[in-house]
Amino acid sequence: MARKGDWVQIHNVVLPPEERSSALPEDTKINPLEMWVKGYLQEDAEIGEVAEVVTRTGRHAKGEVVKVNPYFEHNFGFFIPEVLEIGNTVRKITFGGDE
Amino acid sequence: MDNSYDAIMARKNEIIKNAVGMDFDKFENPGIGFDYEKMMEATGYTIDEIRRVQSLFSIGNTPLIELKNLTELARKCAPEGKGARIFIKDEASNPSGSFKARRACTSVYQAKKLGYKGVVTATSGNYGAAVACCAAMAGLKCIVVQECYDSKGVGQPEIIEKARKCEALGAEVVQLTVGPELFSTVLQLLEETGYFNASLYTPFGIAGVETLGYEIAEQFRAKVGKDPDVVVCTNAGGGNLTGTARGLRKAGCKAKVIAASVNLSGLHMASDNQFNKKSFTTGHTGFGVPYTVNPDHSDVPRSAARPLRYMDRYVTVTQGSVFYITECLASLEGLEKGPAGNTSLAAAFRLAQDHDRDQCIVVQETEYTGAGKHINPQLSFARQNGIDIHFGDPKDEVPGKSIILPAHPSLIQVTDLDLDHMRKSRIKRAVGTHKDELTDEDIKFLVEETNTNEQFVRDAIASL
Repeated sequence: MARKGDWVQIHNVVLPPEERSSALPEDTKINPLEMWVKGYLQEDAEIGEVAEVVTRTGRHAKGEVVKVNPYFEHNFGFFIPEVLEIGNTVRKITFGGDE
Repeated sequence: MDNSYDAIMARKNEIIKNAVGMDFDKFENPGIGFDYEKMMEATGYTIDEIRRVQSLFSIGNTPLIELKNLTELARKCAPEGKGARIFIKDEASNPSGSFKARRACTSVYQAKKLGYKGVVTATSGNYGAAVACCAAMAGLKCIVVQECYDSKGVGQPEIIEKARKCEALGAEVVQLTVGPELFSTVLQLLEETGYFNASLYTPFGIAGVETLGYEIAEQFRAKVGKDPDVVVCTNAGGGNLTGTARGLRKAGCKAKVIAASVNLSGLHMASDNQFNKKSFTTGHTGFGVPYTVNPDHSDVPRSAARPLRYMDRYVTVTQGSVFYITECLASLEGLEKGPAGNTSLAAAFRLAQDHDRDQCIVVQETEYTGAGKHINPQLSFARQNGIDIHFGDPKDEVPGKSIILPAHPSLIQVTDLDLDHMRKSRIKRAVGTHKDELTDEDIKFLVEETNTNEQFVRDAIASL
């Protein structure tokens, strides 16, 4: 349940597959064009229910509520051993080894 | 109002006219061409005025850094006597973390001056943060529209980071799945809000980049006592190269201008399946090539980004080479930057090995780095998506299947694109079905468009 005034992310289908641009590859054309925006919820709503939000710019937008208090989870990724190896290699070539 | 895709696109010219405060029709010539310089002058700003405006936003005057250790590494890979000095313009020092601040500033300033309440821009790149940043300074509202997710809702980490940054700077971010209909969404938002279209491709944006070229010439002369021999520009939509080259010319600098893009050949830019198989979301051939041969398919009727007019050479580098050089920049120069901006650095590293030691190459940008937008998360994301990452010879890299990190820095190569072929494509595009109606004015336009001569253009037309 999301409460009026909560900061939420909503989801919309902008164009169903049949209304999309004709100049698309097949693997894209079979999918709808989807949209996500964030805003303050204007009335209580269940997750998955269509509701109205007011965005940062003051726009009113309607869509299916997908997340309450959405946050970013991107990070610096897993350890990539090759990155260390590049650094070691080029330092050795440029500055010489330990000797 | 009818908001179907076709209906919105049919209203495109009217919406753009209202949203840029500029009537593009008045630049059109009777035939196939238009008056590019007249359009550029229509901004009403001289380069000195733009520099003054940018200084109000604390944009520009970024450091020009000589990369002595990277030059040393290039010399170790080069034949005797070769290995030009490599310099980099640290554009990440701009307020929003990239050269795009220059491009956004003039648009935002113009929007404010004309009384618009906000700005809208379509970009998954650094430009969004730049517009958001300038809008914050100008007290304008800002909407950034991004192509961000595939149909499974998986987003490119690099793009998600830019969404975060735009939001941090006060913007509303509208995120979409893959597809060129992004532009119809932008048009709809422009219509709904009445905001200014801070398009990447208006004369305001490109005039803003001219200061970058101008500054390079000035700083280089002060620092080295001469002009650089080569300036390398990462090329996608063409605005970076166009603006920089125009600025160099305005400063009287005759440096060769070389375009560089990451090779993503074989990947379709509008493909849902391939969206997350590429490890670069900009600076690649998927934008660079089509926008070079057909600049007018952006969100304005005539694009001010016309790179074919200015490039002396167009080279590609591999994804693995760009990641590699990004790590070199951190390990050898202590500069940790975002990978996409280092596309031109990878090219410069190789080009330096063909130039004499007393020659100088300038890489004209860096970009900020952060979570998602960094060599490590981008390689990590690629590996998670089944891309084969290993050391080897970059020439064996297959975009969408492998990322080959050079086993030795001497394996970093550039591949030349056939510029004459692209010029002929440009001519074919521009001529369309009007082959038999071309006037002398049309020919003159095509000569300028392709930076060639009348004979070249007439031969190309005859072969159509």
